[in-house]
Amino acid sequence: MEKFEKFTGVVCPLDRANVDTDAIIPKQFLKSIKRTGFGPNLFDEWRYLDHGEPGMDNSQRPLTPDFVLNDPRYQGASILLARENFGCGSSREHAPWALLDHGFKVIITPGFADIFFNNCFKNGILPIVLDAETVDELFREAGGEQVQRITVDVENQRLITDYGREIAFEVDPFRKHCLLEGLDDIGLTLQHLNDIRTYEQRRMQEAPWLFGIH
Amino acid sequence: MTAKTLYDKLWEAHLVREEPDGTCLLYIDRHLVHEVTSPQAFEGLRLAGRKLWRPDANMATPDHNVPTTDRSAGIADPVSRIQVETLDHNCEEFGITEFRMDDPRQGIVHVVGPEQGAILPGMTVVCGDSHTSTHGAFGALAHGVGTSEVEHVLATQCLIQKKSKAMQVVIDGPVGPGVTAKDIVLAIIGEIGTAGGTGYAIEFIGQSIMDLSMEGRMTVCNMAIEAGARAGFVAVDEKTIEYVKGRPYAPKGKLWDQAVAAWCELRSDECAVFDKVVTIRGADIQPQVTWGVSPEMVVPVGARVPDPADAPDVVKAEGMRRALEYMGLKAGTPITEIYPDRVFIGSCTNSRIEDLRAAAAVAKGRKVADNIKQALVVPGSGLVKHQAEEEGLDRIFIEAGFEWREPGCSMCLAMNADRLAPGERCVSTSNRNFEGRQGPGGRTHLVSPAMAVAAAVTGHFVDVRELD
Ligand code: SF4
Repeated sequence: MEKFEKFTGVVCPLDRANVDTDAIIPKQFLKSIKRTGFGPNLFDEWRYLDHGEPGMDNSQRPLTPDFVLNDPRYQGASILLARENFGCGSSREHAPWALLDHGFKVIITPGFADIFFNNCFKNGILPIVLDAETVDELFREAGGEQVQRITVDVENQRLITDYGREIAFEVDPFRKHCLLEGLDDIGLTLQHLNDIRTYEQRRMQEAPWLFGIH
Repeated sequence: MTAKTLYDKLWEAHLVREEPDGTCLLYIDRHLVHEVTSPQAFEGLRLAGRKLWRPDANMATPDHNVPTTDRSAGIADPVSRIQVETLDHNCEEFGITEFRMDDPRQGIVHVVGPEQGAILPGMTVVCGDSHTSTHGAFGALAHGVGTSEVEHVLATQCLIQKKSKAMQVVIDGPVGPGVTAKDIVLAIIGEIGTAGGTGYAIEFIGQSIMDLSMEGRMTVCNMAIEAGARAGFVAVDEKTIEYVKGRPYAPKGKLWDQAVAAWCELRSDECAVFDKVVTIRGADIQPQVTWGVSPEMVVPVGARVPDPADAPDVVKAEGMRRALEYMGLKAGTPITEIYPDRVFIGSCTNSRIEDLRAAAAVAKGRKVADNIKQALVVPGSGLVKHQAEEEGLDRIFIEAGFEWREPGCSMCLAMNADRLAPGERCVSTSNRNFEGRQGPGGRTHLVSPAMAVAAAVTGHFVDVRELD
């Protein structure tokens, strides 16, 4: 995973609550053999007027004009703003894969579904929980004439808005460490590389038949 | 020294490190790979620029999507074809031994692994498939994992795990004639329920279990997951060692002697304490037939379809009512008056040579009944198929009116072209009778291979022991 560095990005305001994983990436796209390439089908049912299937040329499909992802102002947005219980439903990891593939690195809501919240960290996305009032304010600012940009500083656990306001956020110290160092579960395990090697050395003595092909 | 269970021994031998909260890093000796759950794992490695930790620990074969009819034309469904081709490509790129679709050793991953001697006693074995529990038959710690974990194993040869509790299931004394491994495990699930093993690793023991061949033990361990346990295993004895001996990937010469000495320790100590013990008398087990949409919905063949009114609580009663409706059955109907449309002999539960021999013994000199639209025999691997043909089993099946197919998962989960039409009723030797498992709207009854043939030739369920 890439190290999560301080960045400034455009906020895309998705004014909906209870966005479930089937809305994030509908089930017909799960047959894919890839973990990338889900971006064009992120929020497929909301984003396009027709029914999406794998293998379609998405650039040719009719867009839902008033869906926020299609608004020219929010192209290239990397911060998604939404309402409570974001990511509920199935545990599919395709949901964070789709968000990431589209370019979202941070999701700000008043609350997330549990498994989705964990899956975000596994895939290098930072989910931020803010109180409903602050989220309301951010919606007002992001939906205005001016595009709202926010600077995300994980190190200091701060968001800095274009309006110069600083908002503190919580993040579990261990998760923070992993994001900053770019560690996923595999990265973490590989920190114990020497333990694994030592174990293998010992086992090769004790049970050599478990190694190599005889 | 405190007495240890087999589970303790297997766990401790693979412990790389343990965190204060009990989270462990467990070393994995063997990783089996198939086409459905591996593509994103390989892609993850590629995206992160990671290497495979130990290519020789992996073995792959496509099974879920492969056609069981003539393969020279390739795979018709593009999604299936891409998955299989992706597996070929990934194995080549990462240097993994793969038995491809056209290799005589190809087959269901859980049949191929043991057959090649790639599963050895005392190993930890994982695969992105829940029926990996099969390999517990070798006194191994084996369980299924998800795609993220597949990637984790590919990259680190380890798994992050917490230890389960230990359960002992004792099948006391011998089973009666005509009662098979499948009947034993269905009876166990009927007794403890599909959640009975949740949070446990199960050791199967007792005379009925130790009397089973390795094939039979694999059938029992295969379905440990249907009892809710991620892993189920059997202690090592001479049969285990005899089975492994001389197989392509088994150790040879001095290494073999050294291995055998170590394997003899792979059993629970005399006074080991289990968190839970369940005992069933082997003599009480009859040939089993499932009637509902969960493997625990099972009764002896001589019984009747149960009545929701007799359920212990309302939740159970409601579940039974829904199951009866889905299955198109009436409470109180004798099991022997249920008439199937199709018969499927195969799957990682019951597609090994012994299963085919048992099935052929019943099929010999008989004919598939007129009301059966299709009866399939799908061997577990190319080598099983070849062996069966050497023994003339294919001719027995074909003469009786069965179709003799190429190896794969086939109608166990209907990912290839073999599937039920809505409302069709199937007698199946597989392991899951969930709604839609064998095709949308399809109805599945799980039985042993001998019982499946008995139903095929009479046109309804029948106690195989009553056929003369
Ligand atoms: S035979 Fe059935 S249960 Fe076994 S691996 Fe194949 S699909 Fe899964």
